[in-house]
Amino acid sequence: MTGMATHIAISAQQVSASLGDGSHQHPVLHGVSVAVPAGCWLSIVGPNGAGKSTLLKCLGGLLPCTGTVQLLGQDLHAWAPRERARRLSWLGQGGAGSDGADDLTAYDVTMLGRLPHQSWLSPPTDADHAAVEHALRQTQAWGWANTPLGELSGGERQRVLLARALAVDADVLLMDEPLANLDPPHQVDWLLLVRQLVASGKTVVSVLHEITTALAADEVLVLHQGRVHHCGPSSDAATHRALEAVFERRIGIHRLMDHWVALPKLKGPTC
Amino acid sequence: MTPLSASVRTDRLRQRRRAWALGLGLLLACLVLTVVGLGVGSTGWSPVWTLWTPSGLGGTPSSTLTGALAADAMDLELGRQILWDIRAPRTLGALAGGALLGLAGAVAQGLFRNPLADPFLLGSASGATLGVASALSVMGLGPGVGLATSGWAVRLGLTGTAFVGSVSAVLLTLALARGVQHTLRLLLAGVVVGVVLGALSSLVTLLSPDILQAMQGFMLGTTGFVGWPALGVMAAVGVPCLVIALALSRMLDGLSLGEATAASLGLPLGALRVALVAVLALATGTAVAQTGLIAFVGLAAPHLVRSAVKTTHAPLLALSCLMGGVLLLLADTLARGVMAPQELPVGVLTAVLGGGYLLWLMHRRVG
Repeated sequence: MTGMATHIAISAQQVSASLGDGSHQHPVLHGVSVAVPAGCWLSIVGPNGAGKSTLLKCLGGLLPCTGTVQLLGQDLHAWAPRERARRLSWLGQGGAGSDGADDLTAYDVTMLGRLPHQSWLSPPTDADHAAVEHALRQTQAWGWANTPLGELSGGERQRVLLARALAVDADVLLMDEPLANLDPPHQVDWLLLVRQLVASGKTVVSVLHEITTALAADEVLVLHQGRVHHCGPSSDAATHRALEAVFERRIGIHRLMDHWVALPKLKGPTC
Repeated sequence: MTPLSASVRTDRLRQRRRAWALGLGLLLACLVLTVVGLGVGSTGWSPVWTLWTPSGLGGTPSSTLTGALAADAMDLELGRQILWDIRAPRTLGALAGGALLGLAGAVAQGLFRNPLADPFLLGSASGATLGVASALSVMGLGPGVGLATSGWAVRLGLTGTAFVGSVSAVLLTLALARGVQHTLRLLLAGVVVGVVLGALSSLVTLLSPDILQAMQGFMLGTTGFVGWPALGVMAAVGVPCLVIALALSRMLDGLSLGEATAASLGLPLGALRVALVAVLALATGTAVAQTGLIAFVGLAAPHLVRSAVKTTHAPLLALSCLMGGVLLLLADTLARGVMAPQELPVGVLTAVLGGGYLLWLMHRRVG
């Protein structure tokens, strides 16, 4: 890889965060530090409630937290919002809260990804239209570009929301459970797409609950009870041991035809 | 360009044409209903025919006075009064009031990302009513003083107090809900503020019985109080409200993806909310000050538009305005014509029709 790989695209230092409001706050993250080099794909994995989505939101500047988050070498909050939005794209879990967009067509939704590039009141440029078409084609969603989001199936909707995140054309992409609702062929498409993005120098941070998919990433961050349990290359034996440990040794990681796969350990004698 | 790409483009153009067609259709409906509205009333079309004669068309009443019989001139003058001083501002007022409510409804549904949101949420309407009741009580307007013939000063005063009431109610709701982040808390706070301020309005009305009749009109919703000054106020407020809403329409589109995604797109959510709440309160307060509480127009207008075309917020806001105007004018014309020369309060009619529509909508959504 080129010299770019030595640059840190996004990093967190001693990040702590709480969820809930008022007096019902409970701490979720405890001093998490991680640094993701440019052109790298990092997967965040861990048991339910480990703080994966919370960490991703902190990296996106979408949740107040203590500690520092840096984007491309500059404090996240020092960026002007639109400048930051052009460099950092975020895809929420299961399209949560996007019900309001049911009447927008897939094309209109994807065009929203271009908002950080457009000046206020000026119509979309040819470059915006080209980016929207490219993004929709990348996720095989171009065929229903004019269908309202509310009329699409869960998987189709997810592909449109993914196209929206891609249309931003950001340097860093944060994706929370991007494979939710996707059928196996489109999961494979997503994997290939992420590899392509990373090869072109983009940085991807994804939260994935499917360990086998997470192991396709370059690096794996294993979170446990709001703390970094381990962070290392996905092919490392130490990473595999850490994963088996946080999942109570109920999974085993095996090599199968050049891929690492996580399989559940079923108790009792096999039949 | 691949064939698929070309077909996507033609489909997009077709969808845009549908929105334009709906807009033109609604404009046409406005025009037709305005003409019909001018002809509906206790004396029917006769004032229109009187004015339509060559002498009537010929200019000011003073110039025709010299050439015509005194009786004809009186007819002419009466016809002119009925048409120009009563029916025209009422008809156009129904259009403007409906447009304000339609706009407020579309803004509320976009802002709260709730398709069942209504401009009367957040207690803005009850606040405006309390403002009107207090103003009437202080000014001492009794049944003898016609609100319809009230001048600019009274109109502006009423609109001002309604706006102050509306904004105060919204601020109170926001304070109780501790901001707009929590939609459910916001809606509940709006209900509480609405009930409490509604009770206060009743109290004010009880304490000054001479405003009872005027307040009853306001509570039921009527275009009977709308004169030219009221129409002027609605236009002067409505146009900037629509312009501001249109200018923010793309941000409303962004907000529809959820607050986190909108924030990640770099949208200034805080400022956006303040601006939209101001537009919502201003449009609602102005409409309520002129026409009283008219239910469901603000809820139904954006819905009817969405059931016809699926668009982004820019066309939706403009079309909801037109649709609101058409709905209220249609309801008002019906209210005036259905039992002529008796008149139904238009708010009662919209409540009955709108309630039915809402029930049907709920049924369909559940189904």
